[in-house]
Amino acid sequence: MTATGLDKTALSRPERRGFNRDRFENRLFRVLKPIVIVLLMIVALFPFYYMALLSFRSLDSLLQNPGALWISLDEFNLSTYVDVLTPVSEGGQGFIIFMRNSLLVALSTVLLTLLVTIPGAYAVSRLQFFGRRQVSGLFLAVYFFPAILLAVPLFVFFTQVGLRGSLVALIIVYVSQVAAVSIYTLRNYFATVPVSLEEAAAIDGCGRLQTMWKISLPLAMPAVVSNGLFIFMIAWNEFLFALLFLVEKRDSWTVSLGLSQLSGSIEVPTTVLMAGSVIITLPIIVLFFASERLLVGGLTAGAEKG
Amino acid sequence: MTQLSGGADLSGRPPIIPNDGPDLRAGAAPGARRGRSRRNREERRAGLLLIAPTLAIILIAVVVPIVWAIALAFQKVRLINIRETGLFGSYTFENFIEVLTSPGFLQALWTTIVYSVFGTGLAIGIGLIAALALRKPFRGRGIIRASLLLPYVAPVVAATFVWSTLLNPQYGLVNWFGQTVLGWSEPVAFLSQRWLPVSLFGLEIQVPIALVTVICFEAWRSFPFAFLFLTARLQAVPESLDEAARIDGATPSQRFAHILWPQLVPTIAVLTVLRFIWTFNNFDDIYLLTGGGAGTQVVAVRVFDYMTARGDIGAAAAQALVLAAILAILVTVYLRLFGRQEEQA
Repeated sequence: MTATGLDKTALSRPERRGFNRDRFENRLFRVLKPIVIVLLMIVALFPFYYMALLSFRSLDSLLQNPGALWISLDEFNLSTYVDVLTPVSEGGQGFIIFMRNSLLVALSTVLLTLLVTIPGAYAVSRLQFFGRRQVSGLFLAVYFFPAILLAVPLFVFFTQVGLRGSLVALIIVYVSQVAAVSIYTLRNYFATVPVSLEEAAAIDGCGRLQTMWKISLPLAMPAVVSNGLFIFMIAWNEFLFALLFLVEKRDSWTVSLGLSQLSGSIEVPTTVLMAGSVIITLPIIVLFFASERLLVGGLTAGAEKG
Repeated sequence: MTQLSGGADLSGRPPIIPNDGPDLRAGAAPGARRGRSRRNREERRAGLLLIAPTLAIILIAVVVPIVWAIALAFQKVRLINIRETGLFGSYTFENFIEVLTSPGFLQALWTTIVYSVFGTGLAIGIGLIAALALRKPFRGRGIIRASLLLPYVAPVVAATFVWSTLLNPQYGLVNWFGQTVLGWSEPVAFLSQRWLPVSLFGLEIQVPIALVTVICFEAWRSFPFAFLFLTARLQAVPESLDEAARIDGATPSQRFAHILWPQLVPTIAVLTVLRFIWTFNNFDDIYLLTGGGAGTQVVAVRVFDYMTARGDIGAAAAQALVLAAILAILVTVYLRLFGRQEEQA
């Protein structure tokens, strides 16, 4: 389909003297490729390097020498981390409490979502029931809906019933936000488990739930794990709903909210907040590299057509 | 939809015994049919039962709020009288008239469109370059690929904080570099200045610097997503196609234009829709970088301001609703246009 469109001069080419387009392009791209790769690496990674660098410096040394790209041993300073983690009552910024909140919210979101969506995804991929198509369509629509439109009524509701500041309310909202994408990815994976295996189990006397639990779920475990990690990251990183629901209650701030609120005030030094940034980014990076292979599959699985 | 779901039945397990049609084995048929339909009924019930919890959560936390948001958009609701409002207030079009005739909203809408178009385009462009550059295997490619994904997975709050520190006019690295190496006469307030005069070939051009900066941030943050998808697609292109073209003497740029590009177009189209939707709805990035100041107020940030700072719930809901409607229209138009192109090709 494409070869017919090729440049005729390139096709009928006995070795010509002088300018050779092929050789020129090959050489050009051979030079360009490493340059592009190095540039991309710098662009992608430098902000993280800078984050780590500033987190070990004091504010004074930053103000005196803003251009320094590395750090000398006598500048090296861990007090930023102590400051950012120490509870407010002891004069710190209380990130340890934010981390506890975030961990609680993210883990609950993962567990609750998987508990609800594994059977749901199984049903959508395996069982014929009334409205199956419509349900899938609804989930997909939810996934692309503007979060800000949902934020308005939820804000009104939580204000009316006085639930602002409640982590439980936040968890429920998170579950509803990720349930759709979770079902979508899991469904695609369940669809790859051969039906014949389940039929064999059914013939051997397994009930529907037993089959799901003993046959399909273990086979879909990679997808379940990557899905769980994906949900964890979403919940850990989420900002808008945390801002709307938790902002008045410092004790229930999540890490994202804590960092954004503190960075708005002038009293907390930038380098201390950089230590905070490292603390909230590090778990995500560790998780990501530990599970990169699984996760990359999970990220794309959701959008490929099943 | 209902017709399709009838068809979907066939795509499932093929029924061993047809449900209708003349059956010659008169003795066996009725019993088998009854068994089949009982199985069907059981399956239907099990399916609904298994999907019910998810459905319940989505209904409570998504569908009901959306309906409520629509109701709110047609009421004069303010944060102060929020406790008295219910579904049975007095309905009015005032919010929409107010919103659609205010220059601030139209400006925000335009900013949203510019932000989404350029953010999406840049992200996909960079992602494509990255995917092409890392196509051929070499030592360390795996770790490079993984680390290019970091901007996408890192918490947005931390990423925006580092960027605003880097761009800070007093102690930011970019301004330090600009002043000591590039010879800028004064620091640039990338995130709080609306227009920056830049002289180019003797011409003075006004650059909307804050908007350009947030677009760059968006490109930086989401190019890994495009990179990931395009890499996956590139791996599926059969090696033999490329090989054949090479033997026929096609140069690298010709092989890209005639072999790879046609294979990538559908993926790029899907990416465009996905990225456009997400950028269009984006609240976090701009709110955290500029707070919506200096000509970067997109509709999502404006909705938030109306809701929290002004306490005008009705107007906030109306604007969010208009945002969702415009997004739906744009996506539909795009899908129509693109779908037709596919048919022609």
